[in-house]
Amino acid sequence: MLAKLYDWIDERLDITPMWRDLADHEVPEHVNPAYHFSAFVYCFGGLTFFTIVIQILSGMFLVMYYVPDIDRAWDSVFYLQNKVAYGQIVRGMHHWGASVTIVMVFLHTLRVFFTGAYKKPRELNWIVGVLLFFVILGLGFTGYLLPWDMKALFATKVGLQIAASVPFIGGWIQTLLQGSDVVGAQTLARFFAIHVFFLPAVLLGLLAAHFIMIRRQGISGPL
Amino acid sequence: MHRGKGMKFVGDSRVPKNSGFVPPKDYSEYPGKTEAFLPNFLLKEWMVGAVFLVGFLVLTMAEPSPLEAEADPTKSGYIPLPDWYFLFLYQLLKYPYAAGHYKVIGAIIIPGLALVGLLLAPWLDRGPERRPLKRPVATGLMLLAIVSVFYLTWESTVSHDWKQAAEQGKIVKKVSIDKNSKGYKIYSSQSCVNCHGQNLEGQVGPSFIGKNIPASLVEQVAVKGIPPKMPANAFKGSKKDLKTLAEFIAKSSKK
Repeated sequence: MLAKLYDWIDERLDITPMWRDLADHEVPEHVNPAYHFSAFVYCFGGLTFFTIVIQILSGMFLVMYYVPDIDRAWDSVFYLQNKVAYGQIVRGMHHWGASVTIVMVFLHTLRVFFTGAYKKPRELNWIVGVLLFFVILGLGFTGYLLPWDMKALFATKVGLQIAASVPFIGGWIQTLLQGSDVVGAQTLARFFAIHVFFLPAVLLGLLAAHFIMIRRQGISGPL
Repeated sequence: MHRGKGMKFVGDSRVPKNSGFVPPKDYSEYPGKTEAFLPNFLLKEWMVGAVFLVGFLVLTMAEPSPLEAEADPTKSGYIPLPDWYFLFLYQLLKYPYAAGHYKVIGAIIIPGLALVGLLLAPWLDRGPERRPLKRPVATGLMLLAIVSVFYLTWESTVSHDWKQAAEQGKIVKKVSIDKNSKGYKIYSSQSCVNCHGQNLEGQVGPSFIGKNIPASLVEQVAVKGIPPKMPANAFKGSKKDLKTLAEFIAKSSKK
């Protein structure tokens, strides 16, 4: 039955090559912790992706309650945290998951760096990886403001002052992010849009490029 | 140039020297070496993932994510602190050679050099060697960067006043205070109100709400102060007023 369904789709879409890239490939010995335990360092990339999936899923549930408005943002987070069933867990997953993602990205970057895996022919994938790192830091920075509590507001003020100190274009960057003369309603709306729409879109695009390149080039060989 | 010609990938790459698709290697060519991704490897990966997820969920339940009081831009005494992964940058901007007039060094030049260096790593480190010990410059620079980031992060946590940080962000219950009472009139006519807030909720100084402070302690502190922030002789007036004030604050602090 399943084979028939597969054939029916394959006949029309030629999915065998896609299926091959997705699932039907082998894992070389030197990256498999089942053979060499020290190969667990090769798991950091996969765990990073896992935590990003956690971030996307928990974030989707958070948006069901969150209100991106300075009057209600904090109240909605407080309500979610203290009144909604399992709200503490969902928010906890997103809050701590952000930290875990940063840690995992850091470890994954170090693994790639110290095994020299960015060398030819994988330079482009390294570039995409570094860009992913910065997108994730950007997600961390914009997400920090959204609960609209004291530390969020004052940390963002400092962050925007640092952005404003960029020579020549600093003022423009600040205006673009801040939206008005002060960190206020416009800023919250912009950070929300950047955190929920702009950066995740960039993130998913870069992730796709990251994975397509990895499938095309394979994992770098043993040292 | 013929597309794809001359491409040679290392490792388990399946993109060949010559163009054209080569089907995946047959597993029987490498007995006991490679493993099928699906289902063999993925099942193990899922088990590790499940353990990871359980540990992670335990963390989220054991340690509720923090939420401070609602943002109030008027509380200018607040000492800001970014999330932990930006602490090293925050600390860097505290050093005199990277702050003030030289802010551009700490905010742009040093992080910018690190960023560009990271992006261009494959072109800065062009040798064929991949072992860390065989490319000492790249390894050394990265280790230096890691040590600097850890050191700066640690420095910023040591120099931060965590006690005040916990105090300044506390969610304070909104309580109604009888502003027509004699005690409140003394409170607002003295300097108390400037630091401890219109509703005793705390501004530069700490909040009184929910602290359950005894009246005798209020009397004592209002006169003697608590170094370094609470000045001595903050209260100026008669003994009777001091007593009324102390009782008012003690009563309000029980709310």
